[in-house]
Amino acid sequence: MSVIACASGKGGTGKTTVATNLARLLSANAEVHLLDCDVEGPNDHLFFDFDPTEQEPVEVPLPKVDLERCDGCGVCSDACTFNAISVLGEKVLVFPELCHSCGVCAYVCPRDAVSEEPRTIGVLTHASEGTMIFTGGELFPGEPLAPPIIQAVKKTISPGNITLIDAAPGTSCPTVEAIHGADFCVLVTEPTAFGLGDLQMAVGMGRRLGVPLGIVINRCNLGDDRVEAYCHEEALPILARFPLDLDLARCYARGALVVDHSEDWRDRFRQLGNAIKHGLKGGG
Amino acid sequence: MRQLVVLSGKGGTGKTSITASFATLSKDALVVADCDVDAPDLHFLLAPEIQEEHPFVASGLPEIDGRKCIACGRCIQFCRFDAIYFDYQIDDIACEGCGLCAHVCPEAAITMRPKVSGHWYESMTAYGPMVHARLDFGEGNSGKLVTQVKEQGRKIAEASNRHLLLIDGPAGTGCPVIAALSGATEALLVAEPSISGLHDLKKIVAVCRHFDVPVGICINRHDIDSTYTECIQSMADMESIPVVGHVPYDENVTWAQLEGQTIVNYDEGPAATAIRTLWAALSNGELEAT
Ligand code: SF4
Ligand code: SF4
Repeated sequence: MSVIACASGKGGTGKTTVATNLARLLSANAEVHLLDCDVEGPNDHLFFDFDPTEQEPVEVPLPKVDLERCDGCGVCSDACTFNAISVLGEKVLVFPELCHSCGVCAYVCPRDAVSEEPRTIGVLTHASEGTMIFTGGELFPGEPLAPPIIQAVKKTISPGNITLIDAAPGTSCPTVEAIHGADFCVLVTEPTAFGLGDLQMAVGMGRRLGVPLGIVINRCNLGDDRVEAYCHEEALPILARFPLDLDLARCYARGALVVDHSEDWRDRFRQLGNAIKHGLKGGG
Repeated sequence: MRQLVVLSGKGGTGKTSITASFATLSKDALVVADCDVDAPDLHFLLAPEIQEEHPFVASGLPEIDGRKCIACGRCIQFCRFDAIYFDYQIDDIACEGCGLCAHVCPEAAITMRPKVSGHWYESMTAYGPMVHARLDFGEGNSGKLVTQVKEQGRKIAEASNRHLLLIDGPAGTGCPVIAALSGATEALLVAEPSISGLHDLKKIVAVCRHFDVPVGICINRHDIDSTYTECIQSMADMESIPVVGHVPYDENVTWAQLEGQTIVNYDEGPAATAIRTLWAALSNGELEAT
């Protein structure tokens, strides 16, 4: 049906809070699929009581050189844009942390000495709770490339239910990968100097991707009106203003969902849900 | 030279406010590098005056010569990033710039053109030199830009006889973080006391361990949740990581930020005091010894 991404120019603005609580609230009346695409710091699962989960490795192809065939010509290392393969005397070294698995080396090798074998860089977790399905990705510590994991998570999207994507904070490739193709993107920010600076970058990214945007101003009572003014100028719809609130902070710290504990917050998230629905129709 | 990276696993833990305070307190003894290139915020607090601006060129973008192209479809078929549409337009966001398309094209119709995907700056602040950058929206290669910023910071420090490079690190655990950690002599991890904070901290500790960088922990807003502050403390004990700072919650950190000031310049309140103590310990090389 619709794919809604939840993102922020920087971490710590409350993006996870928004994604998880929204998932809980919407799953009361519909099938919701929550995707944790913040694969470098996946936290969504901490807020749910999942039934036994299932895990699946995520693999990328890594070049492997057959030294019997290799004559050390160096064509592969000249062709690799990422300096991930180099010829040292008799040996060819592949640097897995630099390799983008693009396949250039295997293609250009004149002696057919480069093949590829799978390398595991992270895992997918599948779980469910009531009418909510969850898929999370996790990049192993020390591994550099998040996008293949995010792609693997997004492959599980099925039409027919509401999909909520918790995207990585920032505006570079992992965030782009998560938001690309979404029907709507909620940007969570704070009314501060950092909040505005990061929001401006996130809006630039969202517009470049052509995804309709809506803004949630979190901790709206700790700051000034610079974010409001910016949204007004840029004709960005403000979907919700959430106050700094002890209940919310406590729930978040303990891994609980505030919509399970407070009628006020249930109302706020219900209104946010409606504002998103409106945004989806209007294409704000 | 010491290279101190401040990291947090996830942004929003107060990493930048703390880093900027260190720069202020150092009294011109260090060079600052803002390596959080896709959400750079340090400049809001340190007000750098840009002296030199450089384009950042990391990769190329394919250009298809319509006169040579015979529409055989090989590039589309081979590209692993689905970056060439059926009408031979390039999706410049999906493209990784690997150049496979140029290799497979039988008519040599594809050339790789260098592409500017951001800028980096050499600047001066009231507290010393600063190197920072801005990656264009949606660009990849942030790791390379981090390396660029850090290298320049190191060169400036060397040339000006400053013995410390202070690095505001990027969020996450992926390529930019790994780039920021390479060559680092120590890392300060800023954590917040919550279940997510603990989770993020464990991940970033694992990354630092992976690259053999000595670490210390600063618990920011430690008084927000005593249970998770204890959890962080016991995890640190188990891993033999020193907890070098406890910074209390202080609304003035936000008010200072809104005025474009570091908290240590803004007032003498609880957060400012704790950060001063932390900096005193760090500048004595407390982490290096671990
Ligand atoms: S697959 Fe691509 S990135 Fe990896 S070593 Fe080969 S050419 Fe380099
Ligand atoms: S350079 Fe690589 S990623 Fe870009 S279009 Fe060509 S084959 Fe695809």
